[in-house]
This record gives sequence, structure tokens and C-alpha cells, in this order.
Amino acid sequence: MSEQRIDIEEVGSVTVARFLDKKILDEANIDKIGQELFGLVEQDGRTQIVLDFSLVEYLSSAALGKLITMHKKVTAAGGKCALCNIQKDIMDVFKITQLHKVLTLCGDLDDALSKF
Amino acid sequence: MPAASQLNVQIPSDTTEGLAVQEQIIALMEKHEYSMRDIFAMRLSLEEGITNAIKHGNGNDLEKKVTVFADVSDEKLRVEVTDEGEGFVPEAVPDPTDDNFIERACGRGLMLMRAYLNFVEYSEGGTRLTMERERNSELPIIEDDD
Repeated sequence: MSEQRIDIEEVGSVTVARFLDKKILDEANIDKIGQELFGLVEQDGRTQIVLDFSLVEYLSSAALGKLITMHKKVTAAGGKCALCNIQKDIMDVFKITQLHKVLTLCGDLDDALSKF
Repeated sequence: MPAASQLNVQIPSDTTEGLAVQEQIIALMEKHEYSMRDIFAMRLSLEEGITNAIKHGNGNDLEKKVTVFADVSDEKLRVEVTDEGEGFVPEAVPDPTDDNFIERACGRGLMLMRAYLNFVEYSEGGTRLTMERERNSELPIIEDDD
């Protein structure tokens, strides 16, 4: 279970975190993803963050919960969190739950980086 | 096309076991040549429904079981998920899109199932979930209001 679930890349002052799982469904996986995400803010002090969904094909409501918590943590730290490369099926999930009004959803990575 | 396929299993309250059941049902859908859109909808709904039964129904108590019955035909898919918990009142679950709840980390599973399924019902005091999706259902309907 020590395998990394997120790949981290620095683009200027922005941290790009790319999910490595196609399916973000399994609860243990989701908890691990949450720990890695929250660690970016709470341990590393990063506050300019892009979450790259290019590999993600499935997402459960438990995963949505982690994204909301991440959004709150980054915002509370005075930063910004943007999501990019979201496949249509996943975008539908954000729209059904109205989270597209809460989270910053972008097109591709360049679009997300332009928000900072 | 194959005749209807059925699955009837009982699992302990363990989400890893729940995922394995999901995969078995998805395999039946693939056998009946359901579309990727149908499979996405059912994988999401099964995850929410089975996880609810394990976590909220049975409280992750490994002594309690979740029973899953699936009937997959060429026309539609019907799944029943029964837990051994105390049940709940679905109408009492707050609307997760309400301004007071939109930033909550949980409470969206039921809403997602209602969006992706042609039929969703909790019976037996909230301990039995029945889900149905028709082949090539147009659900979910997405309102582009932004």
C-alpha cells in the first residue's frame, strides 16, 4: 500500500499533481490519495495546485469528498486549486453534484496553469 | 445474444469484497455487450450502493453480511443490495447541492444513483436497495446551466 497514487511535477510556482489511478473507487485507495493530497498543503506548504485527471476514468462520491476537503484546505491556506483534463463522464459527475460551481474546473493543463 | 445472467452472493462488510462483486456484475454486462456509458453508470451506482450498505448499513461490521442479487438481461439490469443494518429514511438525507451542504465531504451517493439509474428504491426500512438501468438509457440528463 506504499505505492504512490499521485505523480508530482513542479511547473514554475505551481504544483501539478496527476492521479495515477484509472479508477478512484476503492476506499483504501481513496484514503491514500487523500493523505497524499492533503500532505501537499499541510506538510509541504504548497498552495498553488493543479489536479490533473487525464488518466482517471471512474470516480466515486467518496473521492469527491476528498476533492472538496482539498479545495477547502488550499483555500484556507490562501492558495488556489484547479482541476484539469477531466473526461466527459467524470465532468458529468461534477455537474450532477453541482460541484462545478464550487471547484475550479479547467480544460487542459495549460488552461489550468493560466489561472495562477 | 445470451440468455439472462444472474448472480447471487453474500459478502462480509468489507469494501474490497464489494469491489469484487462489482467486477462480477460488470463482467455480466460485458457478456451482454452493454455500452461503456451503461457500464460507467452501473459501476458508479454499484460502488455507491454497495459501499452505503457496507459502511452506513452494516457499520463496517465484518460479522454482518451484504447480499447482492443481480439479474442482467439484454434489455436491462436489476440489482438488489440488502444489508443487515437498522435501515434509514432516504427522504431524510439532505440535498447535497443545497448551499448548506454543497461543501460537505459526504452525502452524494444517493443523488448519483438517482441520476444514473432508471429506478432506485430503498425498501425493507431502508435495508434493501433496488437499482435498475435500461440498456442504452439516456440517463444521466445533464443540465448545462453555466
